[in-house]
Amino acid sequence: MMATKTCLVLLFDSTSEVLLAEKLFKRAGISYKIIPVPRHLSSDCGACIRVFASDKKRARETLDGVVDIRDICPID
Amino acid sequence: MEKIIYMDNAATSWPKPEETIKAMAEYSHSIGASPGRSAHRMSLDAGRVVLDARESLAELFGVKNLLRVVFTKNATESLNIAISGLLKPGDHVITSGMEHNSVMRPLRVMEKSGVELSIIPCSPSGEMDPDDVGRSIKKNTRAIYLTHASNVTGTIMPIAETGKIAREKGVIFCVDAAQTAGAIPIDVEKMFIDILAFTGHKSLFGPQGTGGLYMAEELEKEICPIMTGGTGSKSESEEHPDFLPDKYEAGTANVIGIAGLKAGIRFIRSVGIETIRKKESELTAILVEGFKSIPEVTLYGCGDAKKQTAVVSFNIEGMDCSIVAMALDEEFNIMSRPGLQCAPAAHRTIGTFSAGTVRLSLGYFLEKDDIQAVLSAVEKLVQR
Repeated sequence: MMATKTCLVLLFDSTSEVLLAEKLFKRAGISYKIIPVPRHLSSDCGACIRVFASDKKRARETLDGVVDIRDICPID
Repeated sequence: MEKIIYMDNAATSWPKPEETIKAMAEYSHSIGASPGRSAHRMSLDAGRVVLDARESLAELFGVKNLLRVVFTKNATESLNIAISGLLKPGDHVITSGMEHNSVMRPLRVMEKSGVELSIIPCSPSGEMDPDDVGRSIKKNTRAIYLTHASNVTGTIMPIAETGKIAREKGVIFCVDAAQTAGAIPIDVEKMFIDILAFTGHKSLFGPQGTGGLYMAEELEKEICPIMTGGTGSKSESEEHPDFLPDKYEAGTANVIGIAGLKAGIRFIRSVGIETIRKKESELTAILVEGFKSIPEVTLYGCGDAKKQTAVVSFNIEGMDCSIVAMALDEEFNIMSRPGLQCAPAAHRTIGTFSAGTVRLSLGYFLEKDDIQAVLSAVEKLVQR
C-alpha cells in the first residue's frame, strides 16, 4: 500500500534519534517504516524513517524541538 | 538455603526484583542483537530497549531530553568522563571531604597535571556547609564535584543549596549519585545539577555493569569522551561523533544489563520512590536507635535516619572492624563491609582513618526482623 503513494525518507544522525522519532510518530498516529539508509542518500550504515510525502508537515511538526532531522529526501 | 541477611546494598543491591532478572533473560532469549548497528528488526528491538531505558531514567531524574542520558558501565566511568574529559591545567575545582575514590582519584590525577583542588572540610558527622563552597569559588573555578550521599555514613549532602550557589557563580555542578539514584528523589532542574553520574546496580535495581551520565545542554562541547570508536552512526567518518549520546557511547552497549536496569526502574516506579525511601528510613532508624543503646558501639554519621541514606557505619569498642564483619558473616549470616569502603577522605573526616568501620547498608527487601537480628548479633559480639 505504501509503495503506491509518494514517500519521503527522513535521515537522522543516530539510530537513537530514529527510534525517538518512531516513539513520537507512534504517539501522533503517523504511518512510518524504519528502513536501512538507502546507499544513494547517505553512506551511513544505520536506519532511517520512511513516511508518506503527504505526512511531511505533520512529521516535521511532531519532531520539532525534540529530534533534529538531518535531511528529508524523496524516495521511489 | 540458610537465610542470608544481606546488608551490603551500598556496594551492590541484592536481591534484585524478579522483573530485573526476567527482563534480562527475555532480552537474551528473544532479542540479543546489537542496537544502532543495523535496521533489521532484532537490532531495532535492541535499540528500543535502550531508548526506553533512557526515557525511564530521564523521567526519574527530571531530564527533559532523554537523548541527554548516556549509558556507561558504572558511576566511576561517568565521573571519569566528567572529570578528565572536562578539566584543563589551570582550572580550579572544588569537592568535599566526604568523597569516594571514584571522585578523589580522578581529581588527584588531574591535580598532577596542573588542576588546582580545594577540598571543603566537613563536620565529624560528615555534614557540609554549602556556604563554604561558595566562599571557595574563585575566578578560575571550573566545576564542583559533590557526592549526593556518603557511602560511609549515608549523610545526605545539601545538593540543591550547593547547586544554586554554583549556578549563580557560573560553575559547573557535578553530582555523584551512586548512593542515591533510585533511593532518594533527584531532579536535575530543581537541584541545579549540570552533570549527574549514577550507577545501575545499587538502588536502581539493575545488574552490575550498568550506569550512566546526564549532562546539561551544550556541555558535550566542553567534555571530551574517554573512549572513542564505533557508534553505528556517521560510519562514513573516521572522526568520532560530537552529539549525544553517541559521543560517550563508543562500542557495543551492555543491552542485556540495560534491559535489567529498565526493569529495575519500572519496579521503583511501581512501588514508588517515596515508599522505598520511607521503608529504608524506618529500618535505618531502628538500627541507629538500637546502636545508640549499646554503650560499646560507636556510631558514625549524623545519627538521624531522615538526614541519611540507609547506610550505617559503626565500630565495637576494642574489636577490629574486619573481625566483626567476619563474625557477622560466619556466625550470623549477615553480610557487611568493613574497612575504608574506598573512601579514605570520608574516614579522615569522621576520624576513623585508617582503622575503618563496619558498614551495614540496608535495602528495600529487608524487614524489621532482619534489623533486630543484626542488633542481637552485635549485642552478642559486644559480650566477648
